[in-house]
Amino acid sequence: MRALASIAVVVALLAAVPLVTASNVVLNFLVVALLTALVGQGWNLLGGYGGQYSFGHAAFFGTGAYATAILQVRYGVNAWLGFAVGIAAGAAVGAIIGALSFRSGLKGSYFALVTLAFAEVLRIIASVAPITGAGVGTLIKLDLRPEALQFQSRVPFYWIILGLVAVSLVIVRMIEDSRFGAYLVALRENEDSAKALGVNTTLIKLGAMTVSAAIAAAGGCFYAQYFLFIDAGIAYGPWISIEALLAPIVGGAGTVFGPLLGALVVKTLGEATKLVAGDAPGLDLVIYGCVLILIVAFAPSGIAGLLLKARQRFAALKSLRPEQPHG
Amino acid sequence: MAEPLLRVDGVSKRFGGLLAVDNVSLGVQAGRITALIGPNGAGKTTLFAMISGFLTPSSGRIYHRGEDITGVPPYRLARRGIARTFQIVRPFAGLTVHENIAIGAHLSRRSREAALDAAAQVAHLVGLAELLDKPAASLTVAGRKRLELARALATEPKLLLLDEVLAGLNPTELAAMVPTIRAIAERGITIVMIEHVMQAVMSLAQHVYVLAEGHILTDGSPQAVVGDARVIEAYLGRGAAARLAAAGVAHV
Repeated sequence: MRALASIAVVVALLAAVPLVTASNVVLNFLVVALLTALVGQGWNLLGGYGGQYSFGHAAFFGTGAYATAILQVRYGVNAWLGFAVGIAAGAAVGAIIGALSFRSGLKGSYFALVTLAFAEVLRIIASVAPITGAGVGTLIKLDLRPEALQFQSRVPFYWIILGLVAVSLVIVRMIEDSRFGAYLVALRENEDSAKALGVNTTLIKLGAMTVSAAIAAAGGCFYAQYFLFIDAGIAYGPWISIEALLAPIVGGAGTVFGPLLGALVVKTLGEATKLVAGDAPGLDLVIYGCVLILIVAFAPSGIAGLLLKARQRFAALKSLRPEQPHG
Repeated sequence: MAEPLLRVDGVSKRFGGLLAVDNVSLGVQAGRITALIGPNGAGKTTLFAMISGFLTPSSGRIYHRGEDITGVPPYRLARRGIARTFQIVRPFAGLTVHENIAIGAHLSRRSREAALDAAAQVAHLVGLAELLDKPAASLTVAGRKRLELARALATEPKLLLLDEVLAGLNPTELAAMVPTIRAIAERGITIVMIEHVMQAVMSLAQHVYVLAEGHILTDGSPQAVVGDARVIEAYLGRGAAARLAAAGVAHV
C-alpha cells in the first residue's frame, strides 16, 4: 500500500498542473513526455524487469496507432472502442512476436535484432499496404467531440495520458510485488537457475511481452487521437523504439518510476536543445545519444539508481556521525 | 529391492565425436544419500544435467517414481519434486539472499509474503539467517554454495541433486557444511551428490557410484569403493593400485 501511495502522490501532483497553468506549450510538452513515459513503461516491464531488450517496441506502438486510426477512418468504429481494440491488437502482436522468438530460445542481442526486424517489416508493409494509406498515411477526421475522443482543449488529453501512465505505474508496481514479477526478475538474473527452481521461463517472458506490448500500444492509440495523423514512419519508425528504451534506461530500468523520470529528463533536454540551438534537425537525437552514453558509462542503474545511492550514502553518513549534543 | 526413486537406464550422451556419458545405469533409493564420484571429465555433471532436464540423452531413459521423465523440461521436474544445484554457482546476483531463496519458495506459494516467510525458515536451516538482507553478489564462495542449497531446498524437493556443493570450501567451511547436508537428509529428502571431497563422501554417503570416462566403473558402499583397485587406477593412473599396495598404503 505504501508503494501505491507514492504513485498516488506523483500522479496527483501532475494532475494539478493544468490548474496552475493553461499554457499550451507546457501542456503539450508534458503530454509528449508522458507519452514517452507510457511507452517507456511498457519497455521497462520486459527490458528493465525481464532483461529482454527489445529494439522494436515500435511494432506495438504502431499497431495500436494504426488499429485506432483505421477502425475509425475505414470502418466508422467509435474512437473509444478503436482505442481499446488498438491495445488488444498491440498485445496480440506482442504475444505473436514473443512466442516466435522465445520459443526458439532467442536471447540478448539476437532477441533485440529480431524485434527490430519485426518492427521494420511492419513499417515497410504499412508504407505500401492500401489499408494503411500507404505512403500518404492515415488522417483521422477532425471531430471535436468527447464521444469521438477529441477535445477542443489539451487539458482532457493531458488527463487521459496521465491516467494511462498512472495505470501503467500501478500495473508494474503490482507485478513487482507478485510471483510473476519475482520470476521475471529471476530469469533476468539467471535463466538456468530460474528453470531449475520451477520457473517456466518461456511462459513468463511471453506474459511480460504481452503486457509490455499492450502498454506500448496504448501509447500508439493515444498518439493517433492526439495528432490525428500517422504514417508508416511515425507509427512503426525506429524513433519510438529508441524513446521507449531511452526513457527507462536514463531514469532507471527495472524501477517503477524510472520511465517517468527518464522521459521528463530526456524531453526537457530535447526542448532545451531546441531553445539553444534552434530547430537544427536531429540535434536532439545527438543529445539523446550523448545522454545514453553517459548514463550507461557512469550510472548504469539510471537516475533512480543514483538517487538510491545518494540516499544510502546520506544514511551511512548520518549513522557514522551521530548528532553531537550542543551545550 | 523396491523400484528406486530415480532410475537411470542405459543413458548415453554424445557431443559430436565425444561420448561424454556411455550407457550409464544406476538406481537411487529413497531416503538415502547417494554419491557420484569420479575423476574430472568423467561425465558426472553431464549425467546430472540429463537427470535434471537441462540436457536430453542421446539414448536411454530416466525414470522417477517409475514414470519416464526423459526429456521433461527442468521447470516441470522441479514441480515433480526434483531440485538441483549448480557446480558453478548461479545466484540471482542483483537480488538479496532473501529474495533469491523466495524464488524457490514461490514454487508452491503464490503469495509474496508466504514465499518470503518460507525463505526465511530455509535460510535458518542452511545457516544464512544472518545474511538475509545482503545482496547475493556480496556472498563468499561458501555463502554462495549455501545459497544454491537454500534455493533448491525452498522448492521443497523430494529428490535433491547436489553438484559439488563442497568444492572450493576451506576446512572450516567444509566442517560446517557437512552437518547441514546430513540435516537435510534427515528431513527425509533423498540426496544425490557429485563430490570430489572424499572425506565428506565417506562420512555422508550410503551408496557410491564411480564414473570414469563416461561409464560406471563400480558401485557399492563408500568403504568398498575406495578400496577398489579399478577406482584407484581411474584416479591415479594404471598400475597405481599395485604400487600403492606394494608401498603398503592400500585399504583405507
